[in-house]
Amino acid sequence: MLVSLFVACYNDLLFPQTGRAVVKVLERLGHTVEFRSAQTCCGQMHYNTGYIRESQPLLRRFVDTFRDAEVVCAPSSSCVAMIRDHYPKLAREMNDSRLVADVDQLVSRVFEFSEFLVKKLGVEDVGAYYPHRVTYHPACHSLRGLKLGDIPYRLLQKVRSLQLIELPEKEECCGFGGTFSIKNADTSQAMLADKVRTILDTEAELCIATDNSCLMHIFGSLHRGRTGVKTAHIAEVLASTEGEPFA
Amino acid sequence: MSIRIGKAAEAPPFQEAARHALEDSQLRHNMRHATHVIRNKRNKIVGELPDWEQLRATASATKAHVMRYLDLYLEKFEANVTKAGGHVHWASDADEARQIIRGLVEQHGGKEVIKVKTMTSEEIELNPELAAHGITPYETDLAELIIQLGEDFSSHFVVPALHINHLQIRQIFKRKMPLEQMGLPDLGEKPPELAEAARRYLREKFLRVKIGVSGANFAVAETGSLVVVESEGNGRMCLTLPDVLISLVGIEKVVPTFQDLEVFFNMLARSATGERMSPYVSVWTAVNPNDGPKEFHVVLLDNGRTRVLEDEEGRQALHCIRCAACLNACPVYGRTGGHAYGAVYPGPIGAILMPQLQALEHSQSLPYASSLCGACYEACPVKINIPEVLIHLRSELVQGKQARIGGRLSRENIGMKMMSRVFQNESRLRRAHKLARLGQGPFKADGVVSSMPGFSAWTRSRDLPAIPKQSFREWWHERQREKRA
Repeated sequence: MLVSLFVACYNDLLFPQTGRAVVKVLERLGHTVEFRSAQTCCGQMHYNTGYIRESQPLLRRFVDTFRDAEVVCAPSSSCVAMIRDHYPKLAREMNDSRLVADVDQLVSRVFEFSEFLVKKLGVEDVGAYYPHRVTYHPACHSLRGLKLGDIPYRLLQKVRSLQLIELPEKEECCGFGGTFSIKNADTSQAMLADKVRTILDTEAELCIATDNSCLMHIFGSLHRGRTGVKTAHIAEVLASTEGEPFA
Repeated sequence: MSIRIGKAAEAPPFQEAARHALEDSQLRHNMRHATHVIRNKRNKIVGELPDWEQLRATASATKAHVMRYLDLYLEKFEANVTKAGGHVHWASDADEARQIIRGLVEQHGGKEVIKVKTMTSEEIELNPELAAHGITPYETDLAELIIQLGEDFSSHFVVPALHINHLQIRQIFKRKMPLEQMGLPDLGEKPPELAEAARRYLREKFLRVKIGVSGANFAVAETGSLVVVESEGNGRMCLTLPDVLISLVGIEKVVPTFQDLEVFFNMLARSATGERMSPYVSVWTAVNPNDGPKEFHVVLLDNGRTRVLEDEEGRQALHCIRCAACLNACPVYGRTGGHAYGAVYPGPIGAILMPQLQALEHSQSLPYASSLCGACYEACPVKINIPEVLIHLRSELVQGKQARIGGRLSRENIGMKMMSRVFQNESRLRRAHKLARLGQGPFKADGVVSSMPGFSAWTRSRDLPAIPKQSFREWWHERQREKRA
């Protein structure tokens, strides 16, 4: 299958290793990956902060970029939730019937990375090896937006030598929420402190998620507290093999 | 007409009030304990119903239908109340509602009223109005009584005293109740002892006071009936013992038929307190010559509701049945408590209701008091898409800001506009990547940035990952070049 990668703007700049990991996993499974370099940002941050008009050209750009793609795969549950939950409505507000039709056509072909593996490709064992003790934080958009359910767990359970520890109170938000983390920094930090406490309680080496934005938030506190606990996107775990550990 | 709900317009912004609340260790403990207990009970009891999602869909559709034909159902309700011997009053705002209720009490020479727990009465600030005219209101819901005696404010609309614990309640009772006279000189700490004190304190009022004031959970158009759902039975005392009953009801509370209650009864108690059914469900239709109050008045309150109705996207806030499941589920509310919202209706539903009931500028910080985690939407029995409405209100605030020169020049607006432009052009994006990497350079240490001008709100408590040397797109293009070579 020809898979078009939407890497997400913050992964592009801050977490390029996640994009590389997606490429590695998909190629290992025998698929061809393309990266359309006109892609930039889905508009989620603008939209969620109330800058709807500023998010509109970004929707248009996303649609122009991926209109004829066979499938689009993105290692970011919040971007996929933005596209799936808000693009149809946003396109309608733009009064462009062609755009509405394009969005309706395209949305069903956009997948979050772990969902793409399990639901679209029907793969749970991607041949990964990751000799670490990890815990998994279900990011809000993967849990309540995309309703990924046990999909990420099924993938992680098939990883050899990986020890998966259940995260207590895992469904609680980490407090990131995009600009919420800045506008309501104190409440955000209070939520983060509890998330970090539960992560430390698992005595895991790493916290895994489907979204680097939440992980950036969690990492920020884990590192500040010199806890020695790291974070990694699920794609990076799945990219690792015994012969070629992914770092 | 400018609607103001309580003191919300004068309240400090949420983030400021939240900062203080977060430092109150007793409050943090009380909030965490109480919200977790109710949340767990709710999840268990909701989980019993295999058709929960169908119930949600039905409840949501019923409410949407009522909002579409609200005028017709209200007229029907009025006609049926009148036919059954009750009196209907219409109040366009809080001031009018206060005057109607005070007028009715004065007309009967009342110096005291007993009250069933009612949020609408808090919304219109009825108690201060009555007190200013020499009428003493007695709250009879245990939690509302605690709030009243403690001269405090409700912080939750099902469990108003959620923010305090039994030891704090004992202190309030010791300060405010004539315990010696009540035969309880040594009030203990155990909840049953505190409940006994409240019982003795209230019983005498139930038997003496001749005028009752209530709200209602539902108003049935088909029959002209009102419904109050409660746990203690104190509400039923107020609804049945006095000679005169005055019920203050928001116009959005109407449901078409008696049968519609089936769905809501199945959901309300489960969502609110994690019970299959509330211990007391009182339904009454105006007056009955052989039983209960001899005179019945219902005051139908608008107070901004018809304006909310005009906004097709925001109007779903009026579907709320005040179960407070969204409060118990919310990670923000669960930490700050209700007072930080500076609002009669706190929590996620309050954050979309308050800015709509009153002018948006009186509650500008509330639409941002959420991480949009979606727990509220998931818990809501009538499927109010709270995150969607929050975003809608944020966009109204942004557009209002952009209409003013000061707003256009704000750092946030300039930043957002610039980023939108950067993302509309690939070469601009590449240049922005280089610029960001360069700008971050001097602040980088050990792979992170621990402080940087302009980022203090983040870096005060969190490190930022440093920008790697190569972006994904640079890596990709390098790889493509190598492949071709």
